[in-house]
Amino acid sequence: MATVIIPTPLRKFTGNSSRVTIKANKVSDVVQELTTNFPDLRKHVINSDGKIASFINVFVDNDDIRSLNHEQTEVRENSTISIIPAIAGGMC
Amino acid sequence: MVSMNQSVFLNLVTAVEPCDDVECCGFFFGQENANHRMITKVMPVNNSAKDKRAQFEIASGDYLNAERLASKENMQLLGVYHSHPNHPAVPSEYDKKAAQPYFSYIILSVMKKKVEDVRSWRLDGDSELKEEEIEITKIIN
Repeated sequence: MATVIIPTPLRKFTGNSSRVTIKANKVSDVVQELTTNFPDLRKHVINSDGKIASFINVFVDNDDIRSLNHEQTEVRENSTISIIPAIAGGMC
Repeated sequence: MVSMNQSVFLNLVTAVEPCDDVECCGFFFGQENANHRMITKVMPVNNSAKDKRAQFEIASGDYLNAERLASKENMQLLGVYHSHPNHPAVPSEYDKKAAQPYFSYIILSVMKKKVEDVRSWRLDGDSELKEEEIEITKIIN
């Protein structure tokens, strides 16, 4: 089972769990399973097309999936998937 | 309410006062008890925004490091601070749009390399940033 690290701001949508284990072969399966198990996560992780939202970054182990195969990136049994919210702001 | 002692507050001020024409940013950690957040550690990070004079962005790697540090040292990642050079310590429209649930957002107004105001904000529900009280406690030896 792959391990998904839930970022602190989204833990209230996973019953305060910081880690969730999911059986999946690719990142899109992980996201699908995660948002099925925790429906309140959906609007914080995926967009209206069902794709990973632009303001969410996903790492498999230490690599951004944008530098790999995006949502089709392979997930292995011992993979760690980190969901990372975009942190930004400023005066304008 | 968020609290921190004078030493932690000084760390926060020291982190942003040199930034008189760009926005500085970082994370803070501590413990939460009911609705009271005690900040015990501040971690400055690089502002990776293209226009650092008016925006801040924190790289994914820095975010991951912050989560890992919180886990390793048994702390809560409580929120994000950033400075507003020569602007008030109130959230901009961009701040409101980018705000994450749960996190406290401390904004420090820096005027001529001096922190003039510090205010903290947190999402109320999904959409509105509401101000929360900041308490600076004295260190008693």
